[in-house]
Amino acid sequence: MTPTTNSELMSTAAILGGLVQALASNRIRVIDLTQTLTPEFPQIALPPEMGQCWPFRIEEVSKYDERGPSWYWNNFSCGEHTGTHFDAPIHWISGRNLANNSVDTIPVQHFVAPACVIDCTSEASANPDYLLTIADIERHEANHGRIPKGAWALMRTDWSKRHDPEAYQNFDETGQHTPGPGTEAVRFLVEQREVLGFGSEAIGTDAGQGYHLRPPYPCHYSMHGAGGYGLQCLTNLDLLPPTGAVLICPPLKIEKGSGSPLRVLALVGQDT
Amino acid sequence: MTMPMMHPKRKNPVLRTQQMNLPPGARGRVALGITTAAAEGRFELQTCADCGAVQYPPRETCHKCLSPRLNWREQGGEGLLLGSTTLHHSNDLFFRERLPWQLGLVHLDAGPTVMVHLHGEVGAAPARVRVGARLDRAGQAVLIGFPNEGSAHMADDKMLREMTSDPKFRKVLVTDGKTEVGQAIVRALVKAGADIVWVGHAEPWKKMGGLDDISALPQVTLVPLDLTNGRSVTELAGAIGGKVDIVINNAEVHRNFGIASRRGTDVAKAEMDINYFGLLRLAQEFGPALKGRSADGATNATAWVNLLSIYALSNFPPHGTFSASKAAAHSLAQCLRAEMRPAGIRVINLFPGPIDDEWNQQMPPPKLAPATLASAIVKALRDGVEDIYPGDVAEEWLERWRDNPKVLERELAHGGG
Repeated sequence: MTPTTNSELMSTAAILGGLVQALASNRIRVIDLTQTLTPEFPQIALPPEMGQCWPFRIEEVSKYDERGPSWYWNNFSCGEHTGTHFDAPIHWISGRNLANNSVDTIPVQHFVAPACVIDCTSEASANPDYLLTIADIERHEANHGRIPKGAWALMRTDWSKRHDPEAYQNFDETGQHTPGPGTEAVRFLVEQREVLGFGSEAIGTDAGQGYHLRPPYPCHYSMHGAGGYGLQCLTNLDLLPPTGAVLICPPLKIEKGSGSPLRVLALVGQDT
Repeated sequence: MTMPMMHPKRKNPVLRTQQMNLPPGARGRVALGITTAAAEGRFELQTCADCGAVQYPPRETCHKCLSPRLNWREQGGEGLLLGSTTLHHSNDLFFRERLPWQLGLVHLDAGPTVMVHLHGEVGAAPARVRVGARLDRAGQAVLIGFPNEGSAHMADDKMLREMTSDPKFRKVLVTDGKTEVGQAIVRALVKAGADIVWVGHAEPWKKMGGLDDISALPQVTLVPLDLTNGRSVTELAGAIGGKVDIVINNAEVHRNFGIASRRGTDVAKAEMDINYFGLLRLAQEFGPALKGRSADGATNATAWVNLLSIYALSNFPPHGTFSASKAAAHSLAQCLRAEMRPAGIRVINLFPGPIDDEWNQQMPPPKLAPATLASAIVKALRDGVEDIYPGDVAEEWLERWRDNPKVLERELAHGGG
């Protein structure tokens, strides 16, 4: 009996009830794929003459003191692309004319979707500039099945385990060196698999040297050009199964927002 | 000969830290004329425009001809020491804690006879001396009798060290070591004999040339410091705030935009966030500990240096938002000075013209070399001045601004003139 048949036979009340029960009994676990927002977490670095994304900054409003005797709260500031964040198609020029291309208009059902985790840990540890290939995707599919239409393709590199910001950013005199998808792999995911989006552990969905690819920043260009999304600065991808996890990742509802910091959660079944 | 100052012993951490008792600080409005000049390193006295008499102490009218037409004129300070005395007792707390203390009476060649603090190298009267004005720990001008020819270690004179902020044996925080200016300042401080130089660096993942060379110097310790991040400032103050003797705030953001040449406010905000709010954050976190240690032995906390800009005085429209942020910082630095003065900490403001760095790449010379700016800072600390205008451009603009700020505003609106 396949899950599809099963769910078709079950009432939606039973499905939701089962889900709640499974969550309560921990048969389905909730994994947090989010980096903590701190002022020390690095932000994307652009040449200094360009407009810059704000890093996360936080200031106390009051802390049970003369500024507010019984309460503690903060003001914070950041960019739409600070910390673990969501990229909407409108973020890139290639996606600027698509319908429902900003975070406030994206259909909300897209914010709950299955995820496939393509393991590139050994490749990325050997080569920080590693670019995901079609062969990597095919190898993943050979072992775990075809990436379904509308699923997230997540590139696991364990890059998030670089807790030192300097190692995480990994700059040298030729710029940033972080793994990401190659041009062909992006095109394959977009055209052949019609994925919902691409997710990575590094600071951007594109590789640190993605500027030198053709087109520059292929994941931004092609993924957003086709209406796909991006998730970056993800963590804990090592706790996800290669397939079968469900991502819950609604960005903030910012009018015409190009993206947003967000909490990314994964539902992971015991038997997946 | 002044005995070269020896490296002070380590502080006994269980002893109470001596608190500051300032020297007498009250001055009338007219007398502040001496202070104003001393704050920029000059010794000025009133000169009568009618009879030419030079007078001291300052008065409303000429003591010879009663003319009110008095001008402040720079003095060479040459004179004859008529007599000297050494205080072994004083009811004034500042001097009581620093006895013995030498005073002298000098007949200036220009006319007046003045009371001076006497440098240890001046011989017995009668002797030729050179009188200069310095700011004391209360921030007020006092006159000092210097030897006509000083020895190599004359800056180590105990009395003079009270009037100045010599970096020798002191511990200094330089807030940004990533720029050429920051690195030049660090080098100059090390050369001037600073004990420890903490060098701030923000966004450690962005590699900048020269930082490795600086950090290889034995006196230098790199510390994480991002003035846009309040927590970073708080944490560093917690770690080293109680030891810093001199803060040099050179961190700045400089972009070349007016109002119409750049859309949005993000660049202006970034400038303001470092140039103005950065100073505010730094002052709130490092100010209190600095104030608490202003009488802490021979290497007491002594000075706070702000890298402002000559554009703080009058807006340079091609760099309009930068100018505005520096004007804001200048205003805040005045507030800082007012708050630090009662503790005996000197706030030194630098107003350089264009610095020879990447953000002035398209500016024609003359441009201030980072090393020149760095030596100007060390000199300002050694001379104990409050305001310096390093470089030809700054000096010229200052002169024009003093002459007529409205005319300068018009000239700058037409591209500098």
